[in-house]
Amino acid sequence: MSGHIATKKLYVGVWIALMCLTVATAAASRIELGRFNVVLALLIATCKASLVALFFMGVKYVSDKMTIVVIVAGLFWLFILLSLSMTDYISRHWM
Amino acid sequence: MSLRRSLLSDSTTAVATHNPDLQHHFASMEQQQDASVMGMWVFLITEIMFFGGMFAGYMIYRYLYYPGFVEGSLHMDFWWGTINTVVLLCSSLTMAMAVRSAQTGQRKAIVGFLVVTIFFGLAFLGIKAVEYDGHWSEHQFPGHGFQLLDEYHQPSPYTSQAEVFFSFYWAMTGFHALHMVIGVGLVSWIAFHAWRGRYGPHYFTPVENVGLYWHFVDLVWIYLYPLLYLISNKHVSG
Repeated sequence: MSGHIATKKLYVGVWIALMCLTVATAAASRIELGRFNVVLALLIATCKASLVALFFMGVKYVSDKMTIVVIVAGLFWLFILLSLSMTDYISRHWM
Repeated sequence: MSLRRSLLSDSTTAVATHNPDLQHHFASMEQQQDASVMGMWVFLITEIMFFGGMFAGYMIYRYLYYPGFVEGSLHMDFWWGTINTVVLLCSSLTMAMAVRSAQTGQRKAIVGFLVVTIFFGLAFLGIKAVEYDGHWSEHQFPGHGFQLLDEYHQPSPYTSQAEVFFSFYWAMTGFHALHMVIGVGLVSWIAFHAWRGRYGPHYFTPVENVGLYWHFVDLVWIYLYPLLYLISNKHVSG
């Protein structure tokens, strides 16, 4: 982020998008979609999280490549934690 | 960090044009800031793993005890949860604006935006306290006296499963609230130094790093909100 100064307009725009997505997730939870309720909710949450990380946290403007490596590695470990735990529990009754 | 060949900041030439905020083991202010921000991200990754463990546990038990999780989620207050999400997102905007004000060197704006951020943080904690009070008085705290009543005021058949849901609810929102309390403290500390004119375009790393922490706490809530409050659409009829 160092060196780069984002415009006020951009921050307000991101905030408006976050508000719209919050309304969308609240509204979507009131429609019956079966299993897809949780999929949609997590999809919207991930969009919101990406907006916060990219613009408010300035990930988009990080100039130092090592920082990007740290972030990507961290998210990859989280992915391993969640996916391997879940594949275990889901597949237990298969055999 | 492309300055490997440049002079260290305690060399004779560098001392002549010395920025008082530059520590001697860094070559330049830019390098110092990059290192500091990267360190903050390493810390945030440990935080992601800390919350990640609870999210993994939540996911497994939700898969195993889905009816109990739906039952438990029905006792969440949809509106307080939604309002708190909005409050936190607003606080993230003001925090981002505070960092921007530091970058452009507007002292009063930094302090103003940080004070508004503190206000939103306290509003969030206040609403959370109201919710906790409600759950507590209805015996929805895991342990001996745990109780879950259905719409006819009879003990729910999924009481023991819902107790697991409430264990996750209290642990996850509790740790989140603890992070908020720490965040409010950090932002207050930064606001005090900003008011004294400590930060400006040449040096604003503490503002940026506290900002990163604040946004991270917001990120956790972005996932907690749908996972705890929006499990079942019975909210509408119930």
